[in-house]
Amino acid sequence: MVNSIGAYFAMGGYAVYVWPAYGIATAVLGGLALYAWQRYRDSVRSLERLQRQLGPRR
Amino acid sequence: MLSRFANPARFMRISATALPWCAGASAAIIAVGLYLGLIVAPPDYQQGEAVRIMYIHVPAAWMALNAYLFVAVASGVALVWRHPLAEIAARSAAPIGAAFTFVCLATGSLWGRPMWGTWWVWDARLTSVLVLFFLYLGYIALVNGFDDPARGGRAGSILALVGVVNLPIIKFSVDWWNTLHQPASVLRFGKPTIALSMLMPLLVMALGFTLLFVTLLLVRMRTELNERKIRALRLNAMAAPMPTRRRPESAELAPPAALP
Amino acid sequence: MAAFFGLFRRDLRLALRQGGDTGLVLAFFVLTVVLFPFGVGPEPEVLARVAPGILWVAALLAALLSLDRLFLPDYEDGGLDLVALSPLPLELAALAKCAAHWVATGLPLALISPALALVVDLEPRAIATLVASLLIGTPALSLIGGVAAALTLGARRQGVLLSLLVLPLYVPPLVFGASAVEAGALGMEPRVDLLLLSALTLAALPLCPWATAAALRQALE
Repeated sequence: MVNSIGAYFAMGGYAVYVWPAYGIATAVLGGLALYAWQRYRDSVRSLERLQRQLGPRR
Repeated sequence: MLSRFANPARFMRISATALPWCAGASAAIIAVGLYLGLIVAPPDYQQGEAVRIMYIHVPAAWMALNAYLFVAVASGVALVWRHPLAEIAARSAAPIGAAFTFVCLATGSLWGRPMWGTWWVWDARLTSVLVLFFLYLGYIALVNGFDDPARGGRAGSILALVGVVNLPIIKFSVDWWNTLHQPASVLRFGKPTIALSMLMPLLVMALGFTLLFVTLLLVRMRTELNERKIRALRLNAMAAPMPTRRRPESAELAPPAALP
Repeated sequence: MAAFFGLFRRDLRLALRQGGDTGLVLAFFVLTVVLFPFGVGPEPEVLARVAPGILWVAALLAALLSLDRLFLPDYEDGGLDLVALSPLPLELAALAKCAAHWVATGLPLALISPALALVVDLEPRAIATLVASLLIGTPALSLIGGVAAALTLGARRQGVLLSLLVLPLYVPPLVFGASAVEAGALGMEPRVDLLLLSALTLAALPLCPWATAAALRQALE
């Protein structure tokens, strides 16, 4: 099945299609996840800061 | 039953506990899926190693469609029952679905190039996914296209329902169009005979993608709820004069507008 | 009933009086079709092959042009509030406005299409099918466009947004309409495609005004 690492990465000649496909999927989904997580953390920080400023409320 | 989850505070509590599990599970299952798809699964008899693209392309297609159905159902709930979280769920889910759709189109293009020699194949399924992509873009643009976000949410709900009703019609018309312009046998987008060794990675990746969708949905919904709370608090702070500020000439400020 | 026709006639008179809508739509249609041979080359075989598609796409784009003015003027000057408050059901009002839009745009497009069919070398035996397909299909375009126009009322970039919304929804009428004309050009029977197109328009007749009215209501909230 897998003769050597080099042969594996060559993907039987289809490497230029297979790896970019997996790469795009990782980039798009990973990027979306990172962006969503970033915005979430910012919202949590802003909310905490605001609640501290306004004093103990809900 | 739905009304038990209508409370945003309760949603925040439940999602706070659920989120780490969803995130961890999705990462683990996707890792397993990648291992199965890239290493364990055998190359295809006809397509060779290129068939491995299928392990991303097909689950992404499933997610693209299911995410849109989710948006439509959530929009329906928002319109009919005025469930407060439903609209937030719909607008949070749409960009995730659009991302899956894009991945499906890109991997489909990369899969089609070695198989049929062109970078884009106007095959029935890919074309339907392309139209679905435009449905997503339209929804996202509409929801964000108004100065009043509440207006955008309501318009988006109606559009999502219009879109989901049209989906079978569009799919039928694309199939019709495709059969008219292709000789019957030739261009069926390569589905190799599914052996178990190939079905497993597909199903595992599908499960992983679903959990990823749920994870990102919860994150985005929590973000949206936080941001609404921030806006509400800021508006309240403007109206009620704070102790460290000037005396109440600021009482002329309008009371906070009702928020969605 | 009287209110329905009153609204229909008023809208039609407005559209025709300004002359803008009909003229613009027809001019765009003619321009687009005439430009195509410059783009694809004048060989009659090539043109004849793509003529059904060219004619239908051009008609579709032309019908798209005047959609954003379907509700916007009334929305901005308060006339839409009056219509919503009147005893005429909002669904019928929407239908009346879409009908007026069709008479001012889709109908002229269908009537002028034989002349343009000659420009792009469409098989003469397909011209009747072309006119029939446009007569049956353009009402669906007006009705579907009405939904999109109502949804985008007051949006920041209504024109672009409307086009984006309407694009996926216009694929079925385009496919059935163009394939009907193509069948006619090849000497085959266009009846199935025309029936499918009719089914589309007939389904749109009750459903689109319903969705349009819902969209108008939430726009007026």
